[in-house]
Amino acid sequence: MNQYKEELNPETNQDQLLQEMTQSDYKYGFVTDIESDTIEKGLSEETVRLISGKKNEPAWMLEFRLKAYRHWLTLPLPTWPHLTIPEIDYQDIIYYSAPKQKKSLSSLDEVDPELLDTFNKLGIPLDEQKLLTGVAVDAVMDSVSVKTTFKKNLADLGIIFCSFSEAVQEYPDLVKKYMGTVVPYRDNYYAALNSAVFSDGSFVYIPKGVRCPMELSTYFRINAANTGQFERTLIVADDNAYVSYLEGCTAPMRDENQLHAAIVEIIAMDHASVKYSTVQNWYPGDKEGKGGIYNFVTKRGMCKGVHSKISWTQVETGSAVTWKYPSCILRGDHSVGEFYSVAVTNNYQQADTGSKMIHIGKNTKSTIVSKGISAGRSQNSYRGLVRVARNADNARNFSQCDSLLLGDKCGAHTFPYLEVDNQSAIVEHEATTSKIGEDQIFYCNQRGISTEDAIGLIVNGYAKEVLNQLPMEFAVEAQKLLQISLEGSVG
Amino acid sequence: MLKIVNLKAAINGKEILKGLNLEVKPGEVHAIMGPNGSGKSTLAAVLAGREIFEVTEGQIMFEGKDLTTLSPEDRAREGIFLGFQYPIEIPGVSMNNFMKTAVNEVRKYRGLTPLTAGEFLKMMREKKELVEIDSKLTNRSVNEGFSGGEKKKNEIFQMAMLEPKLAILDETDSGLDIDALRIVANGVNKLKSSENAVIVITHYQRLLDYIVPDFVHVLYNGQIVRSAGKELAYELEEKGYDWIKKEVDQLEAN
Ligand SMILES: Nc1ncnc2c1ncn2[C@@H]1O[C@H](COP(=O)(O)OP(=O)(O)OP(=O)(O)O)[C@@H](O)[C@H]1O
Ligand SMILES: [Mg+2]
Repeated sequence: MNQYKEELNPETNQDQLLQEMTQSDYKYGFVTDIESDTIEKGLSEETVRLISGKKNEPAWMLEFRLKAYRHWLTLPLPTWPHLTIPEIDYQDIIYYSAPKQKKSLSSLDEVDPELLDTFNKLGIPLDEQKLLTGVAVDAVMDSVSVKTTFKKNLADLGIIFCSFSEAVQEYPDLVKKYMGTVVPYRDNYYAALNSAVFSDGSFVYIPKGVRCPMELSTYFRINAANTGQFERTLIVADDNAYVSYLEGCTAPMRDENQLHAAIVEIIAMDHASVKYSTVQNWYPGDKEGKGGIYNFVTKRGMCKGVHSKISWTQVETGSAVTWKYPSCILRGDHSVGEFYSVAVTNNYQQADTGSKMIHIGKNTKSTIVSKGISAGRSQNSYRGLVRVARNADNARNFSQCDSLLLGDKCGAHTFPYLEVDNQSAIVEHEATTSKIGEDQIFYCNQRGISTEDAIGLIVNGYAKEVLNQLPMEFAVEAQKLLQISLEGSVG
Repeated sequence: MLKIVNLKAAINGKEILKGLNLEVKPGEVHAIMGPNGSGKSTLAAVLAGREIFEVTEGQIMFEGKDLTTLSPEDRAREGIFLGFQYPIEIPGVSMNNFMKTAVNEVRKYRGLTPLTAGEFLKMMREKKELVEIDSKLTNRSVNEGFSGGEKKKNEIFQMAMLEPKLAILDETDSGLDIDALRIVANGVNKLKSSENAVIVITHYQRLLDYIVPDFVHVLYNGQIVRSAGKELAYELEEKGYDWIKKEVDQLEAN
């Protein structure tokens, strides 16, 4: 990631940034021309068996999928608060597409050069020599994991970092033990769908007492047309373990909408700590609202052990529609849940995002910081639930939900839900709404700062508290992304 | 340096500047006075390129360039600085970051390399001393929660940082206490050279004791109706604007 290294020095990058900003709006919109192993459109029990078969899965895995599928069939279509979505035809989606390559890869030389090139273009070289030191990457294109880097270095510490498919084969006991324990397939419509047809994703296990020495990162790429992406990530941090994990995603520009329905499950045991960061940049659709990804994701962490901690940080700039509520179940006493979010919507994008903090253990603590930025004709909603169970003595929550508006055609909404069943709880909620004024922009202009840079400054200042939570390398990338996403939204 | 010929400007179709002429040469200090609502701030905004004002007629030449063809940021980069009558708050954006971006954008426009972090901090320190502004202010977000006087001081600090060729200070003296007024005026005087020029817009002769103008103009009803040396300021202080208004209205009636 030489590109990232350069970007650490913002001074030398103004030119490059400006150039990028004046170029195409969505720079990840290209399509890789690669031969794929793609199944027929449509969803049936047959499809589920076919996917499972392609992955050579053991019987228990197929059983799990089928149960989920049968449950999904019974569910009514979800209705959308504050989102307007045309009906999705689930028979018109391809549920499995894999770039064709040799069965098992022992070295990078065996990865299709087209694929390597794709990830290079995205700034994610899979060549370990070129990688940013301290970041291990699992690259997932369409339905399968393409390559996981630094596996061996991690294995020496007993850390497992591999594709989900591989984990099913190699570590079936761990997968069986934890999969579906945080997000059961019965959880919601998309959780059921994902559980039935999920293709790949990442699996992480950090053994007792191990502090993972590098960032683990999964990069998701949708390439094939008419294809849904259903990945599944499972992260387990055993007692006293620590890991910081980052997820990034992009997709080509296409006129039709594509569905992305993922599940992320995190489990933190006693004194374990997991930091999960997302930079979500799926294709948002064009300026008229045509195309773009439907991003329906269920992300949830279980603070199972005492003094465990799970921290979600998300920078959401992409997707036509986003529906996600990374949540924490604070079961262990003294456990801590955090949610830091920046969600940008522009043009016709819609986002409904927030968090759920479920306090079950005693002395549990949670923090929610949500920064919405709306521009164009977009709609941006924060929806958050804080629940304090009867026995959760001394639970504390602090929520801060801010909205920033650019222009007057967009909308920002805040829906905080509180369910407190314990008298000793302290729950605080603060909310603000502000606007980037034409006078602020002019003030910056008058000091020699262009409108685009002015918006960048203001937006990044506004989102600072959240961006500061990201690993440094990605914070710089995220700052740029915020600015680019809002290009042309004022003046 | 600056030559304004028959400038007419309007907002929402309402004409505010009605054929204004003004010439400013390097090394000069001009004071513009005039009753409330006469168009002083409008003139400043039009020079800075504020788009809500439409230039309907006339010419503005700055250093041989037609200003009206330049964007607000390019005018700033060309060396025009506006000290705002009401400085704007930008929450979340640190003064440091704001000034660094501004200074480096201006440098880039002039073909200079960006300042290193060290150079920039040194410059901040020097200019802070020059305008006697407290570090506590420059460590905060731009103008956020600043008192009226602090905001005005901050304008002068930014002017010091940007080293403009032409500074237009719109009522920078109002809201300042006596000490602050002296400090601000000293700052302006220290930055003054034979290469640059200043236009001060003010209501009070007091400021002009500190910043001594070469010319005093009276702006009334969108036009400069009288120009003279600094003695005009004393006359206005004494007699107010009524006599000028009468004269002008008389002339127009004829
Ligand atoms: N945005 C606007 N919309 C409508 N009228 C405006 C607007 N801005 C200024 N004006 C009008 O233009 C005229 C000139 O205003 P301007 O602010 O230039 O006066 P000024 O000479 O600076 O006055 P003061 O001494 O009070 O600062 C006033 O009548 C004012 O009401
Ligand atoms: Mg004024």
